[in-house]
Amino acid sequence: MDEAEYKLFRNHLPIADGETAPYWEGAKQGTLRIKRCTACDRPFFYPRTYCPRCGSDATRWMDASGRGHVYSYTVIAHNDVAPFKEWLPYVVALVELDEGPRLVTNIVGCDTRHVKVGQRVEVVFEKIDEAVTLPKFRPV
Amino acid sequence: MPQRIAIVGVGESAFGEVPDKNVWQLHADAAHAALDDAGLGKQDVDGIFSAGVDMMHPLVLCEYLGLHPRYTDSTMTGGSVWEYYVEHAAGAIGTGLCETALLVYASTARSDVKKRLRTGDLPPLPRGPSQFEAAYGLTLIGKYAMAARRHMHEFGTTSEQLAEISVAMNRWAQKNPRAFNHGKPITVEQVISSRMIADPLHHLDCCLRTDGGGAVVITTEERARDLKKKPIAVLGTGTANSHFTMSQWDDWTDMIARESGARAYARAGVKPADIRFAMIYDSFTITVLLTLEALGLCNKGEGGAFVSGGALGPGGRLPINTDGGALHSNQPGMRGIFLLIEAVRQLRGECGDRQVDTGGLALVNGTGGYLSACGTVILGQA
Repeated sequence: MDEAEYKLFRNHLPIADGETAPYWEGAKQGTLRIKRCTACDRPFFYPRTYCPRCGSDATRWMDASGRGHVYSYTVIAHNDVAPFKEWLPYVVALVELDEGPRLVTNIVGCDTRHVKVGQRVEVVFEKIDEAVTLPKFRPV
Repeated sequence: MPQRIAIVGVGESAFGEVPDKNVWQLHADAAHAALDDAGLGKQDVDGIFSAGVDMMHPLVLCEYLGLHPRYTDSTMTGGSVWEYYVEHAAGAIGTGLCETALLVYASTARSDVKKRLRTGDLPPLPRGPSQFEAAYGLTLIGKYAMAARRHMHEFGTTSEQLAEISVAMNRWAQKNPRAFNHGKPITVEQVISSRMIADPLHHLDCCLRTDGGGAVVITTEERARDLKKKPIAVLGTGTANSHFTMSQWDDWTDMIARESGARAYARAGVKPADIRFAMIYDSFTITVLLTLEALGLCNKGEGGAFVSGGALGPGGRLPINTDGGALHSNQPGMRGIFLLIEAVRQLRGECGDRQVDTGGLALVNGTGGYLSACGTVILGQA
């Protein structure tokens, strides 16, 4: 398979479904949405119908603050897959939101050498195309 | 009380770079080598434990080998699945569902990349849980790199300390003529000055990618007594998994080997202080460090100091991965079966220049996924 075919079949962009569409719709509108379990009163990520902690289906969408800190990160220096090979070097991080849940994201808007564990970050929304906007984070 | 089980045969195919053999041939070569080692034939096999190539992997494999087993297990947890299979074989043999289990693995990972049949960093399909990860370019090595960074942040672990792990495995590889990096000694300085792949992991913090296969034959301790080689008893096992996507792993300095290990220790009636030799999955240097801490072989946070000064290498205080490991012997992708093979050879006393004083015990810990799924097996004299 050549690269064009590969991108067609193994596109890296999220394939939203009924359970996750509000997250991706929120991103398009500039809001980071997570879910909260009303039974055990805890927010969680990634969005699911049933609470991964207590199993309740009494889960509701909420708007997150979009602020948090870097739990850990790496600077990717090698990746032979498109489109990432065009980004090198780039930062992938696990961000812990102030609400508690964590998510995998990119840290953008700064020199890759300036990212640190514990650093305060805030969400930015990167529009990829009409269908997809990705939440990413930048230093506060 | 269920039947106790023993490993009675181990074997490998050719490994390293094997461009002229297909993946099923390598399975067959490894299976026949292990059966020969046990003094058994394929007609004795009535349980098959294998995964990794095809969606209906066991059907393809059994057809290719001409096997008609009455028990089939194709659980898939990545590189640790072979340790899971030992536990599952204990259950299946112990309850009479089968008597003689064949665990067999092979891949042509290295030749596939050279033939451009696959690339190194296939991102997962961006649906289900992976839809929240796939778009950000987090490579497999990047996941381990983030774990290393977190350990460095919490405990002050250094790149030099991680490099010590690679150097120790490399020193073992110098004693193993079959190791891929036999004849290619390295230093700590060379590890930390090798090309950065995903900061803080350098090229020499990362495992090899080779072709190759391995197999293990397990049966009842009773049947084992009449076979060709000294049987090695399975004293205890434990399995546990913590996450698949990285956002779901609660504490990145606390590997789930803590749970799998605790179960295995309890079932075997041994404690960490009893262990003098271990086979620890070494996909990356950080994998070893986190596993040593989780298994209680050193204190949490002290892994960096523990591995320093050649502690894991020849003559060190805790010899591990005496074949040279995934870092310097072979790594076809799901390497846990080779941990069992080397542990059995050490317990039999077959290891020549690299033989260690095991004290009659070997701890094996496989790790699969992204520091996700651990299987611990404690082996000893039957």
